Amino acid sequence: MTGRLLASREAPVALALVVVVVGTTLVNPRFLSAQGRTDLMVAIAITALMAVGQTFVILMKHVDLSVGSTLGLSAYLAATAVQDQQDGGVLTVLMVGLVVGVAVGVVNGALVAFLRLPALVVTLGTLYVVKGIQAVVVGPRRINADQLPGAVVDFGRDSVLGVPYILWLALLAGVAGAWFLRTVRTGRDLYAVGSNGPAARLVGIPVWRREMFAFVVSGATAGLAGALYLARFGGVDANAGSGYELPVVAACVVGGVAITGGVGTVIGALLGAALLKTIGVSLSALSVPEFWQQAVNGALLLLAIAVDKVIADRRLRQTTEVQEVPA
Amino acid sequence: MIRGVLARVTWDKIVPVLLLLTLVIGMQLEPRFGRGSTFAFIVQDIGEIMIIAFAMTLVIMTGEIDLSVASTAALASCVLGWAFERGIPIWIAVLLALVTGVLCGAVNGLLVTAFGLPSLAVTIGTLALFRGLCWALLGDEPVASYPESWTRLGSGRFPHTYIPYVAPLLIAGAIGYTVLLHATRTGRWIVAIGQSPEAATFAGIPVARVKLWLFVHCGLLSAVAGVVYTMRFASSRPDAAIGFELLVIAAVLFGGVSIFGGVGTMWGVISAVLFLGALRSLLLLQKVPPNALNIINGALLLASVVVPAVIAAIPRRRRRSSDPGVSQGHPTSNLPSLTS
Repeated sequence: MTGRLLASREAPVALALVVVVVGTTLVNPRFLSAQGRTDLMVAIAITALMAVGQTFVILMKHVDLSVGSTLGLSAYLAATAVQDQQDGGVLTVLMVGLVVGVAVGVVNGALVAFLRLPALVVTLGTLYVVKGIQAVVVGPRRINADQLPGAVVDFGRDSVLGVPYILWLALLAGVAGAWFLRTVRTGRDLYAVGSNGPAARLVGIPVWRREMFAFVVSGATAGLAGALYLARFGGVDANAGSGYELPVVAACVVGGVAITGGVGTVIGALLGAALLKTIGVSLSALSVPEFWQQAVNGALLLLAIAVDKVIADRRLRQTTEVQEVPA
Repeated sequence: MIRGVLARVTWDKIVPVLLLLTLVIGMQLEPRFGRGSTFAFIVQDIGEIMIIAFAMTLVIMTGEIDLSVASTAALASCVLGWAFERGIPIWIAVLLALVTGVLCGAVNGLLVTAFGLPSLAVTIGTLALFRGLCWALLGDEPVASYPESWTRLGSGRFPHTYIPYVAPLLIAGAIGYTVLLHATRTGRWIVAIGQSPEAATFAGIPVARVKLWLFVHCGLLSAVAGVVYTMRFASSRPDAAIGFELLVIAAVLFGGVSIFGGVGTMWGVISAVLFLGALRSLLLLQKVPPNALNIINGALLLASVVVPAVIAAIPRRRRRSSDPGVSQGHPTSNLPSLTS
């Protein structure tokens, strides 16, 4: 059991995360002060939540590039829904976010699953369409914290048991996603389709329904992430969510979700998101110019896929050796 | 009869028609659209996208992708600025920028071909890496002290005409790359690799070497675009050309190139870039807010895959209903196109 845990793809990412946190704290103890902890966890939450949904899509050898735009649109519509309300509104914000996200997910899923179009092209198209809709709806306006109910803004700031609400939400989604992909039949189907689509079809897996499902999940997490974005930043403008899509894919890949499909876990994706964000925060805590953050993230991603490749090659060699024995 | 005609109409032939329609309708609708200054604006506006699109088309035709092009362009621009600021003669600085592009492309190419890593993941990584190096190189102090004799090349026009200095470069590229893709052995190799890398290998095509050089070439052209961008805006900034990678890819795909490789034409891509540029300028003249143009760009990109898929589905369904025994095959493996 311990051996399998150590050999898993998540172990090195978790280890790296611990090393970064411990190392940074040794140099700069303020990194893990109460304020430092909260800042870190809030920063992780949004990417982590989107990475959960993205995992469902990448497992099926697809990709969802529309998540950044979905986040922006859902954040704005959620803000509009509760604008100038006196109190309450957290539930409304989350529900609006969810509905917007599911709507975009249904469009993506329908185009990919029914028309059998490549996901990269479809979601690149919806990225621009949704971004444009956001621009038209928002215009040059900006919704600020003072126009939002206090409860929504507090939701982005407050913690319970030392963990901010918005990270709880991301973790909850992560645990649910991990459980689902590990034990539920529909979840296992995603691995089957991602590993070998034609074979999955032949054993009777309704591939198009699974694809639809995966895109709806990804859209839903992106929509919810929009609600979290609104709460965290206490406002939204026309540029919200712009450029978020590739870092989310990067978080999944660093966490061991193979872009070639069929391999990876939600826990890995969460760890990947946590690692990338933590490195960013830690670099500034180490007073390394934050300019290096992106370069480090990029190098880390390259390292992660290179390691995956080495492991996959070794495993392939082992299986072929085993097969050759009886012959 | 109709089906016979439909079978020969491919998306890359629809795009030039869309371009012509836009130009004709645009001139009727908006008198300012027909002016030479509008023409110059469009050409300069699409310059960098077009230059990168030449190289991106070749990369996507082999079934790979390069998301790092905008970061490469920005890095080239920053190297140019960094070197120029240190008193290096500007033409040597430009040379350094181009070498930077070649190196960036070589990194991508080697990771993809020598290590066998998926190009989508590799270039998301180098996208962040190269952009990070831009920040490391220049910090938040842009370089903007370029001599006017050089910046005029980016933003100016030939004297007494409406032809921007960048136009000859684009025309030469358009002709050169059309010939390269459609009339040379290398071009046929690229198509063959995209159709089936295995078959291409067995046919004796050096698949890895071709792909490596295409990535190097893509880095070089991205750097050229980066230099053009620098001269057009007379500054080197670490956040230059952010998000251009998706614009370029959208234009290439809109031009009828299959994301799976092996299908597409250079004229389709060239028309697509011109069409998107012309449409953008027309709508801006009509006072459509620039950000709203995204809806049209996105919808067009979706249309470029949805329309062929729907048309292809019509005869397919008829065939299936007449012969229920026909297996559906595995449609994920090929992009529905009008030719199939």
